Formats: sequence, structure tokens, C-alpha cells
Amino acid sequence: MTIQALLGEARDRLSITGDCGIADVPELAARLDAIREAAPARLAIDFTRAGAFDIGPAWLLHEAISGLRARGAEVTLEGTPPVHFAYLDGLAASDAGAPPAAPETGLLPWLAGRGRDLEVRATGWYAALTFGGEVIVTAGSRWTRLKGLRVASVVRHTYETGVRAIPVVAMIAFLISVIAAYISAQQLRPFGAEIYTVDVVAVGVLRELGVLLTAIMVAGRSGSAYAAELGVMKLNDEVDALESMGLNPLELLVLPRVLGLVIAMPLLTIVADAMGLVGGAMLTRYLFDLSWPQFVARLDDAIADTTFWAGLIKAPVFGLVIALTGTLRGLQVRESSRELGRLTTVAVVQSIFLVILVDALFAVLFLEIDF
Amino acid sequence: MQTVVSARDIVNRFGAQVVHDGVSFDVHHGEVFGIVGGSGSGKSVLLKTLLGLRHPDSGTVEIEGREITSMGDAELREIKRHYGVTFQQGALFSSLTVAENVALPMHEAMTLAPDTVASLVELRLRMVGLPLDAAVKYPAQLSGGMVKRVAVARALALDPKLLFLDEPTAGLDPIAAAAFDALVLYLRKALGLTVVMVTHDLDTLARTCDRVAVLVDGKVIVDTLEGIVANDHPWIRQYFHGARGRAAVPQQGADGGT
Repeated sequence: MTIQALLGEARDRLSITGDCGIADVPELAARLDAIREAAPARLAIDFTRAGAFDIGPAWLLHEAISGLRARGAEVTLEGTPPVHFAYLDGLAASDAGAPPAAPETGLLPWLAGRGRDLEVRATGWYAALTFGGEVIVTAGSRWTRLKGLRVASVVRHTYETGVRAIPVVAMIAFLISVIAAYISAQQLRPFGAEIYTVDVVAVGVLRELGVLLTAIMVAGRSGSAYAAELGVMKLNDEVDALESMGLNPLELLVLPRVLGLVIAMPLLTIVADAMGLVGGAMLTRYLFDLSWPQFVARLDDAIADTTFWAGLIKAPVFGLVIALTGTLRGLQVRESSRELGRLTTVAVVQSIFLVILVDALFAVLFLEIDF
Repeated sequence: MQTVVSARDIVNRFGAQVVHDGVSFDVHHGEVFGIVGGSGSGKSVLLKTLLGLRHPDSGTVEIEGREITSMGDAELREIKRHYGVTFQQGALFSSLTVAENVALPMHEAMTLAPDTVASLVELRLRMVGLPLDAAVKYPAQLSGGMVKRVAVARALALDPKLLFLDEPTAGLDPIAAAAFDALVLYLRKALGLTVVMVTHDLDTLARTCDRVAVLVDGKVIVDTLEGIVANDHPWIRQYFHGARGRAAVPQQGADGGT
């Protein structure tokens, strides 16, 4: 297609030669914009050498012509206008309702928006608390019957979130304790106190690092999986199907996952602790030839009876927090796959945040009671 | 008559199971061509083969006279811009609004000013009879009938001459389905589109299709609807002369019905 536009005082002309397909739209649109800019009082459009039109470009031409005519310009068509024009006349005249209103701007709508955000946040936390309470009540009421606890399902989730996570958790714990041992050995050497590297690694891994890193790995691995699984079930109406059978989704879907993770977390923490100590022992041996028996003897002096338990006791609590966050966010998925992605992300971020928050609370608590 | 889509001796196999055993037919310019068949007869596989999304085990497919089965990727992508497709569930991009869904093929094909895009989106929405305020909605906020209309609007975005529809009326209420039939006929008349439609809906078949291809026993039988209805293959008799078929399809002869 070629377009010739002659814009001037006396005679404004637009000549279109050849076929005008969808590929010609950019050029056509640019020409029409230029004409609209110039706002001529009279325009002649020459179709005598024009070929077939696709409906897209025909519509742009049609809209431009009616726009110019509405502003009082005199538009004449020479030759045969595109065949689609008759159809487009009807289409443009048809009532398709008003175009969507532009969103309001200004201080008041902005404030209202922030207010709504705050409300959503507040109700979100309220819903989370209610959800946690409901799960605990459900667990309490099912405790007496073994069937109500869905043992097979709990075992499966313990396996999925616990046993299958052993390699990655073990690896992370080993590497982190190697790093911790290396840095503390470097800092303690000027004081000739390298032997205290064992104390740093042992206390650090057993009290904090082992359980915290395990929780973060599990939040990334299983918290997201819980949210995505339940979210897809929600989108497929599977949750509604359960409810319609008179079954309780909290009992069937949420409780086994929560129990599974509460069981798996302490077990994983023990693995992480063990691997952390192995990593520490290997690095002290490599850095300053501390033999295995020496390491164990020093370890015995370094840790109190409570050190191991101070870490382990946090594990089921972290598991509970991660599982509740993941399942709650999964069940909040509505309508679309976009929600699914967003809430899975929210589940992971919030469960890691909550784990660290709870860990801080534990630190204060242990300090107060001298544990 | 000009042939738009031509399938020759299509064979599709999944392991030992032969789904299509030499399927051949031509779709002519400007017609509405229906494809029917029982569940598992390979309608969707056939459609994917015609679209160039699946490579047949043997046989050839031609679209507008160009063989797509032996074509390179770049050339095939070029061909794919010439036809529009709607999928069974609509397949709208759930993270984009209606307007963005319709505009996406245009943005990918060319560089346009926002005003031009908005104007062309308005055209497509008007063509499929959607209210303009639907443009800012997300697919999750639409009813099933509206999703199908948006899917057609998106399929029409680049002014295709050929439209493939997979089960366009499935899941629609009879009023919405009838409106959809009218839309297809209207677009065919107004734009001279060629339409290939996979459908189970006997009403849609009777109202819109000029010719019908029936997939039975891995083969295809192509005829006008009257011809198909008169065919005495047992499955076809059951399909068109069952209680539902009798209500929708004009019966011929005194021996109609079982």
C-alpha cells in the first residue's frame, strides 16, 4: 500500500493506492494523526486506485472521517470506499456502553486507597488468627479418634517435607558451620584462642543456626508447596467439593500438613545439628589440627545441658508457623492463577518473616528465664 | 472454489493407538466447516495438527496453499499470524486485562501509538458485541460467555481470514450459545472469514456449518449436514438420530430415528 497525502491551503487530499492490510496500520495511523493535527476544513480521500481493505485499517479510516466530520470539516470520498464501511457504520452506531472511566486521582482518593489497604491488612491478620485457632480446635477435637488424625496422610506429609528435605538441609547446615568456624577461627587466632572456635560453632549451630536455617529451607520448600497445592485445589473447586460432602477441609487438608511439618521440623533440626557439628569438627581439624577426641572433649565443656534443647524446642513451633501460613495463603486463592502465584510468594515471605520474629521472641524468653 | 485449508492423509499415532488413519479433507474459502466426533476420536489432536502445533506422523497440511508440515519454525510463525484461534477454555492471559489481551497480538506484530491500539481494541470489542467498559476487567471477573467473546476478539486482532474455534459454545447457556452462533455467521458474512470449528453442540452445527466432517474409526466423512444425517454409519445414526439429534437437526426420510 502507498499513501499520498497532500496537505495545503487549497486542497487537502489523501490518496490510497493498492491493498491496505493490517501490516499497513502503522503508516496509516501516522498519516491520520498528521491530518487530525492539521485539522483541514476540507479533505478529499481518493479511493480510485485503492484495493481491498482489512477491517482494522478500514476502521481507523472510518473513525478519522467521522472525527473530522464531527468537528465541522467537509470530507469527500472519491472512488469506491472500502466495502467494510457499511458494516462499520452500523458497528459505530451500535450501543456498546460508555468506555471505562479513568481512575480518580487526587489526595482524597489516594487517602481512601491507603485506608482500604490498611483495612485489608487488618482483616488479613484477623483471618490468620481465626484460621490458626480453628486448626487448633479441629486438632483438639480429633485428638481422641485416631481416624480423625488421618495417620496415612500425616505420614505422607512428614515424608514429603521431612525425609525428602534431608539432603539439602544437611548440605546447608554443613556449609554454614564451615563458614562460621572459618570466620571465628580467623578472629580468635590473634588472641591464641583458636580452641574457642569449637564453642562458637557448637553454641551457634545448636542454639540458632541449625534450626533457623532448617526453618528457612522448609519455608521455601514446603511452605510454597502447601500454598500452591491448596491454591490449585481451591481453583479446581476441590475444596468446595469436600465441603459439599460434609467433610471438613481443615481436617482433611490442613491438619495433616500441619502435623506432618510439626513432626518433620525437629527431625530435620537434629540432622542439621549433627551435620553442623561434623562441619565444625572437620574445619577445626583442617585449620589447626584439632583431633576428633580433642574436639569432642572441648565440645563437652563448651555446651550446657540446655544448649541442644534450646534449639530443638523451637523446631515444632517454626513448623507450625510455616504450615499454617502456607495452608492459609493457599486457601485464600480465589479466581485466577495470578492470585496463586502472588499468594505462594506471600506464603514464603511471611513464613520466613514470622519464623525470624518467633526466634527473636524465643531469644528474649530464654534470656529472661536463663535457659 | 478456493481451498483455504487442505489436509491430506493425516496419520496420528500415540504408541500403538492409531487416532487418525488417513484423514483427508478440504475447507473452502468463506465456509463454516464443522468437525464432530465422539470423545477420544481425536478432534483436538486434529485441530492441533491443522494449526501446526503438532507434527502428524505422516500426511500433509496446507494453509492457503502453503504446506505447513515440512515448514521451518520461522516460516511457520509467519503462517500462524494469518489465522486466529480460540481455545476451549478461552485461554485468556489471566494477568492481563481484556484490552491488554486483545492488544497483545498487535503489540507483538507492529509498533503502534496507544491511541491507535485503543481504537482497534474498541473495534474488536464492538465486533464481538462486548460492552466497552469490559476492557479494564480481568478474565477472572468475566462470565463464561464473555470469556468466549473476548477470545474471539483476541483471535480477530490481526484481521485473519481464517478462524479456528475449539468448542466455542461448550459451557454456554442456550441464549449465549445462540448469540455466539449469530456472531460467527455475522463475522463470516461481514468479513468473508473462513471458519473451522470443533463442536459437540448439535444446534450450533445445524445453525452455522455449511459442511461437516465426522471423525469415526480414524477416518473422516465429509458432507453437508443433510448428507451426513442421511449416512447410515451406526455411530453417525446414533449421533444425529438420538433424542438430542432429532431435536436439533432436520431429519430426512421416513426411516429417521432409531
